[in-house]
Amino acid sequence: MIETPPALAATAGGSLLVLAILAPVAGILLSFALGGRFAERVALGLTPIGLAIAFAIAALVWRSGAPLVYNVAGLPPPLGIALRADGISCVMLAAAALVIAAAAFYARANFATPKGVMEARAPLAFWILVQAVWAALTILFVGGDLFNLYVALELLTFAAVPLVCLSGKPETLVAALRYLMFALFGSVFYLLGAALLYGAYGTLDIVLLAERMRALPAVWLAAGLMTAGLLAKTALFPLHLWLPPAHANAPAAASAVLSGLVVKGSFFLTVRLWFYVLPALPGGAAEAVLGTLGSAAVLFGSVLALRQERLKLLIAYSTLAQIGYLFLIFPLASGAHPWVADGWSGGIMQTLSHAFAKAAMFMSAGLLAESLGHDRIAEFAGAGRAMPATFFALGLGGLSLMGLPPSGGFAAKWLLLRASVAAGQWSWAIVMLAGGLLAAGYVYRILAPALSAGAIVLEAPPQRSREAIALALAIVAAALGFAPQSFFDFLEVGRAAATALR
Amino acid sequence: MSILQVLDLGLAILVLAIAGWTIAARELFASVVGYVAYGLLLSIVWIRLHAPDVALTEAAIGSGVTGVLLVTTGARLRGAGGVETAAPPRLSQRLMAGALAVLVAAALAAVVLLLPEPAPTLAPEAREGLAATGLGNPVTAVLIAYRSFDTMLEKVVLVLAVVGVWSLAPDRCWAGAPAPLGRARPEGALLFLDQALVPLGILVGVHLFWVGADEPGGAFQAGAILAAMWMIVMISRLTEPPRVGARWLRLALIAGPAVFLATGLAGGGMAGGFFAYPAGFAKPIILFIEAFLVLSIAVTLPMLVAGPPRRSPQS
Repeated sequence: MIETPPALAATAGGSLLVLAILAPVAGILLSFALGGRFAERVALGLTPIGLAIAFAIAALVWRSGAPLVYNVAGLPPPLGIALRADGISCVMLAAAALVIAAAAFYARANFATPKGVMEARAPLAFWILVQAVWAALTILFVGGDLFNLYVALELLTFAAVPLVCLSGKPETLVAALRYLMFALFGSVFYLLGAALLYGAYGTLDIVLLAERMRALPAVWLAAGLMTAGLLAKTALFPLHLWLPPAHANAPAAASAVLSGLVVKGSFFLTVRLWFYVLPALPGGAAEAVLGTLGSAAVLFGSVLALRQERLKLLIAYSTLAQIGYLFLIFPLASGAHPWVADGWSGGIMQTLSHAFAKAAMFMSAGLLAESLGHDRIAEFAGAGRAMPATFFALGLGGLSLMGLPPSGGFAAKWLLLRASVAAGQWSWAIVMLAGGLLAAGYVYRILAPALSAGAIVLEAPPQRSREAIALALAIVAAALGFAPQSFFDFLEVGRAAATALR
Repeated sequence: MSILQVLDLGLAILVLAIAGWTIAARELFASVVGYVAYGLLLSIVWIRLHAPDVALTEAAIGSGVTGVLLVTTGARLRGAGGVETAAPPRLSQRLMAGALAVLVAAALAAVVLLLPEPAPTLAPEAREGLAATGLGNPVTAVLIAYRSFDTMLEKVVLVLAVVGVWSLAPDRCWAGAPAPLGRARPEGALLFLDQALVPLGILVGVHLFWVGADEPGGAFQAGAILAAMWMIVMISRLTEPPRVGARWLRLALIAGPAVFLATGLAGGGMAGGFFAYPAGFAKPIILFIEAFLVLSIAVTLPMLVAGPPRRSPQS
């Protein structure tokens, strides 16, 4: 037996990574077998366990300042599969656990099994699928092997698509089918690229690939195919067509998870690909293309959001725009320049703050639609007075989207701005400023009619507990704006080795 | 040029021709038939490439089960009406899609020719580790030992696929049974097929599972063949698709991944690592897991073909 090289060796506490994945997987199987009300109980019972595991992983990485590593079956790569949690894995694991838990408790009102029946269709499917999203995201955040990550992408697709059409209405079926088409196209392209990389280097492990990487034609083609596939799943302009109808028509709890987390899964993998697998490629062109597409998404998504009549569609189009900002991480955080730390921190901060802000906004929109019986913005007059907590959550979330202090969105855009100024890449800065103005416009469009005077009759007042959940997420998004420097240092854990390859 | 090379060239041309025909066919049914033939030809290609495990999987899943799935879908679409009359995509769209496909295919072909020779591979390592697993087939070792984690998760994806299909049911039909697969009165030929093929097919399926440890074969191929046998019996209406609420069905669907997960967890305590096998006991444990995988696959695939519940539980 050959000694395991230190770069591939497992670390103490690594078994937590497997448990983080297996807990929701066991939940899926248990919920399916027991059925009925047990599905809900299993999913809800799992949320504190998953949260505890996620925070335990983060605490271990924080304390040691080094990634957590586990080799499944005790077999190190290239033959075995490695799981690794670095700084960005940890913050994403924690964000996913928090948003999923919030969505689960929020969804209880909509997806309880009705009295008098043993089991109902939508509740059973929802509770299983939401755990599946969680399992898939966990693997995406800690996976160290390109094929293992492909399985996670498949898991995510099969969990996310049915969530879109849970209500069974024809328009949701159309939206779900379109989503499925894009997602499968993305999977095939990703898999083709992974196969090419295996053909070129005989391994699928991220660390080993990074060590062996050279700018071969096969590598460029693999990078192009995988990136195109992942962009389709992330709904980056111009591959965004599926997102607005899918996210706007899903049940509110599902929209929160889809918009807040699911698109971040494939974005995270794009980051892994370019910053951890391919850092040895001569940079520049590819990063500029990704940044340009992101900029186009910011402008295009914001302008369309401004023109929506319905709240849920507006929020969905705003997701297109906010996804655009994420891609500025590629031009602003790659290479070995003094500004890349800012670019990196800003990009990851945008991922986190958008996850919380958008989940809060979709949940609030759901409460509004249930209480008013519609979500037409023009008819919101007086709603602000009738549902103050809901609109406060919408406003706080909107603050983060605009990038105004105090909010995680402000911290993110400030850091990205600083990086683009330091890099002398002014075009990104202009896009960010324009995007912020446009976001202010569409948030104003929601709040202004709601705050105006008007008589409104609520069909039913919103549940206090559900308002509290949405508000709590919005407060997290705002509180991220106070993240200390040690938090941004934490995001660098595990990145040094990857950047040193340049 | 030797005779085998001539045959290979002919095979390659035939695969391309059938692929083209599948795309060009105007009728849904015709293109499904083309697709099935294409899958069978591909499995011959895999045999020529000395990859019998892939060939078996391609024949069973790529061509067999997918073929049934597509035929059933086509039949249901025709039943729903109006599908094939939808406006075809514009010429410009078709040209663009074609250009994109040609571009990707050409780039792939060029790059594959440029890949390093001999290709870097993990095959020697996979073969070296065989002794520790007690298996004789390195493909099975990759699937159930080295990368068992992936295989377990893929089985969970299958469970999710079933959940996704079932979630499309009308609410009033929940926990009822899917629509029957065949016509009300089966033909004599179909009944003859039941009597002649099904017992043999079950034997072949069990055999593939058993030899999979050392020879080409394994859980997926065995499960697919057993699934096909159950589907034949359902198509000839000797049995009906079960209610989706049936406890035995739920347990059968999750048995494979659940047993896999449980043994993987137990490995953490007893074999020094999650999904590791204790030395000396690897082979019996692997066969134990595979038996449940076969069961789950054999039940999952027909349930995917049968579709969402269409009959209320009372009827």
